[in-house]
Amino acid sequence: MSLHGRDVISIRDLSREEIEEILSSARKMVPYAEGTKVMHPLEDKIVAMAFFEPSTRTRLSFEAAVQRLGGSCITIADAGASSMRKGESLHDTIRMLSSYAEAIVIRHPNEGSARLAARASDRPVINAGDGAGQHPTQTLLDLATMLESFDTLTGLKVVLLGDLKYGRTVHSLAYALALFGSELVLTSPPSLGLPEEVVERLEHLGAKVSVEPDVHKAVHDSDVLYVTRIQKERFPDETDYRKVAGSYRIDAGVLREAKPRLIVMHPLPRAGEISPEVDDTPHAAYFRQAFLAVPVRMALLNLILGAAKKGG
Amino acid sequence: MVRELKITPIKNGTVIDHITSGLALEVLRIINVQSLDKDSTVSVAIRVRSGKLGWKDIVKVENMELSPRKVNAIALVTPRATISIIRDFKVQEKRSVDLPDRIVGILKCPNTNCISNQPEPVESEFEVTERRPVVLTCAYCERRVESFLDHLT
Repeated sequence: MSLHGRDVISIRDLSREEIEEILSSARKMVPYAEGTKVMHPLEDKIVAMAFFEPSTRTRLSFEAAVQRLGGSCITIADAGASSMRKGESLHDTIRMLSSYAEAIVIRHPNEGSARLAARASDRPVINAGDGAGQHPTQTLLDLATMLESFDTLTGLKVVLLGDLKYGRTVHSLAYALALFGSELVLTSPPSLGLPEEVVERLEHLGAKVSVEPDVHKAVHDSDVLYVTRIQKERFPDETDYRKVAGSYRIDAGVLREAKPRLIVMHPLPRAGEISPEVDDTPHAAYFRQAFLAVPVRMALLNLILGAAKKGG
Repeated sequence: MVRELKITPIKNGTVIDHITSGLALEVLRIINVQSLDKDSTVSVAIRVRSGKLGWKDIVKVENMELSPRKVNAIALVTPRATISIIRDFKVQEKRSVDLPDRIVGILKCPNTNCISNQPEPVESEFEVTERRPVVLTCAYCERRVESFLDHLT
């Protein structure tokens, strides 16, 4: 099925083939995202950025993507200043926006808001994060980063480290990696493990999943170390938090045992999970990962915003 | 065994039989007995012998036929229940409750941060993702729901 005119709300909305199509297009977009080549397929097109909660990285990379493709943006960047403060429903706000723009990118603090927006809009809607729910373009750029480093996703051994229970990005990423036949190693404090039902679904997809609480052992023969934040508010006691956060900090010592080609990824912003000394090693892939947000979002916008309308 | 008539027959109305034992009061809650005519007799039998289930509950309500939405709610709570429509003391129609593929409006999403729990012009909506036992997935926030009693609207 073509991606023309489609909503992208959850990574589950995309088949493996569609994900491959986006990733392959994203690779070709890299020079256009860097500005060394120019293309304007979205000329005369407007994309609405409906950001109902603060976000720097996601909004700016979407805006950069639209502008690199020759389109323009209209933006709600502060929900407090929008009509929602006057009591307008999200449904009505989106309905109005869909008459102003060819597509809507939404970030909103409530889970399921992007799905609601897609129903309210007759233009395609892209979810840029709904509360603790889905953030499919983050997963796509994570996959793009691994693909750029290894040329394949199949057979990669990926350590998912940190808060695997509440982490928004990690469930979608694990699902997508399972689709591509990657091997998953789960490294987290016991209270923040990947929920059992999620593990079952991954295994149902054929993924090989193992648990290794010791980060040194987990890293040993892996290809990717995907680090997420462990949030202080998940712990009743600050001392417990410090102990756990300290034991999962990635520094040169942890990486000494790693394969030379291991890449360290992080959705950023980091808060001490990765020591700055890692930045200058060949393992550090998180800034590249942040850059790849632009070509990935360009690829997605370009595939969605063709000549066809929604559903076409 | 001597057959005893524990509940009298009704002339017109609905009999909900084969309710999982102990859940008759939940079924009454779904029916919303308070909303019925004052002269509608409601009979409830709890822990009745059943060949099929061992024990079961039965609810009989006079002068009432269930809306499809209420039938869906009953199907969620007690999926083996049967519903008989009685007209002039005769069973006009008897059927099992049947869970549709989508459940709209009868269950609140347990995720308080779900957009369907905010003041938006939408009804709650769940997809039936597994049937035995029943598992629902919120059409908005994708939360899995496996127990329903506390979330009925």
